[in-house]
Amino acid sequence: MSARVEPQPDTEPLIRMVGVHKSFGPKHVLKGLDLEVRRGETFVILGPSGTGKSCVLKLLVGLMQPEQGEVWVGKQRVDHASHRQLWEIRGRIGYLFQSSALINWLTVAENVALPLVEHTRLRPHEIDRRVDEHLGKVHMLQGKYQMPAELSGGQKRRVALARVLAGAPTIILYDEPTAGLDPVMTQNIAALIRGVQREFGVTSILVTHDLPCAREAGDRIAYLDGGKVIHSDTTEAFLRTDHPAVRNFLSGGRAAANGATP
Amino acid sequence: MIRFFRFLGRTLEESVQGAGQTVELLFSSAWCARHAWKRRRFVLDQLYTCGIRPLPVVLVVALFTGMILALQTGIELDRFGAKDRIASIIGLGLCREMGPFMTALILTASVGSGIAAEIGTMKVSEEIDALEIMSIRPESFLVMPRLLAMALMTPLLTFVTDVVGILGGCLVSATRLRITPELYLNHVIDSLSEVLTIGGLPKDLYTGLAKAFVFGLIIATVGSAAGLSATGGAIGVGRATRSSVIQSFVLVIVVGYYLTSFFYT
Repeated sequence: MSARVEPQPDTEPLIRMVGVHKSFGPKHVLKGLDLEVRRGETFVILGPSGTGKSCVLKLLVGLMQPEQGEVWVGKQRVDHASHRQLWEIRGRIGYLFQSSALINWLTVAENVALPLVEHTRLRPHEIDRRVDEHLGKVHMLQGKYQMPAELSGGQKRRVALARVLAGAPTIILYDEPTAGLDPVMTQNIAALIRGVQREFGVTSILVTHDLPCAREAGDRIAYLDGGKVIHSDTTEAFLRTDHPAVRNFLSGGRAAANGATP
Repeated sequence: MIRFFRFLGRTLEESVQGAGQTVELLFSSAWCARHAWKRRRFVLDQLYTCGIRPLPVVLVVALFTGMILALQTGIELDRFGAKDRIASIIGLGLCREMGPFMTALILTASVGSGIAAEIGTMKVSEEIDALEIMSIRPESFLVMPRLLAMALMTPLLTFVTDVVGILGGCLVSATRLRITPELYLNHVIDSLSEVLTIGGLPKDLYTGLAKAFVFGLIIATVGSAAGLSATGGAIGVGRATRSSVIQSFVLVIVVGYYLTSFFYT
């Protein structure tokens, strides 16, 4: 993977969702969601639990289908994609799951090597070199031969991020990457996300309800509630907004971050 | 009343859909067997899991099945002065039917349930989603090695069941029915050698092994399909495991009947 320094986000949207509706049984989660993410930016989707934030990411990689609306990645429409097209689209996307989703019976190194073993013809020593390189980036080289069950939550996320990077994606989707982690580890993960964006110039969508992480990693923030984006702006402007629902969420977030009961 | 028929219709639709998906999984995974060399490590792991791990249980069950069969049948045959027929009954019974069935039932309980639980846990912990996003087909990565291992190891374990069961019968015949081992084994060989086909193999033996091969495919595919359709956390994994065991038991018995009918009528 060639390292690029300080990418300049352009204005053309790389990811677009138009009028997307999604239900789970009787629960109508997304109600005409519109979203645009520009190339090279880190776009944060903020919002309370259960508002369909993770669902947005699954729609983008075709793990779920919308009942209505359009989902675009570049010039390819995901919701109408054939099996082969979906594979092409997924080849450009890395997905960091909330649960890390490491393959339990493979070692850390084997997990990170998986995309390389499956999709490249690299020789074993070259794969090993790249695995070391990616594990080094997330400071997990010392745990190379450990099994996922022996790792802490934060270590698993970092290994999962190394696996994502091994696939050389141009888009990375982060699903609650700091959920269940202590404040120090949250800070580390947020810094890693920012570092990855700076080094590789990837376009990222970060789904979270963790305000410090959103503030640290995001270029733009959208607030999702009631099945729609109700406010979206650059990180600085978003944090100063007067929108009542956003203000309410932000003040709750700050209180929680300070250890007070909201 | 309308609600009842709606429920019935939905259940029927789901069953047919599930059966279709299982058959589709069987063929797509079998097609992936062309990648077996690339995934040889996983295939070897599964050969060990499906063939070596259940071996102690298979040995014990096979030995006692042969012994019980000899004891029960031998006592009755002795009353009619036909106890020397015991060897033929045990040999034919084990090789044709009991060997493949016993092995399949043991493997369903020990390996099939394990496959469903393992893949089901991967499904609910998003590992399967992670594979799909990495453009790695679960049929090739997870199901094919298990399918291949079960297709190879079930006939092999069935052969072991046949041999150990016959030896168990020999033990009881020698100690309780006063039939010498030489006579017993000669009778077994004679009864099995009546119809020789495919490469000189007795028909009664190779039909049993062919059945075992089909049973192996059933157990691996049903277990994998149940695991891949698991939803709803630990409860969903438990449900998938239970349903895979029930489906495999029923399918082994039903398909076994039709295979017997195909080979012997």
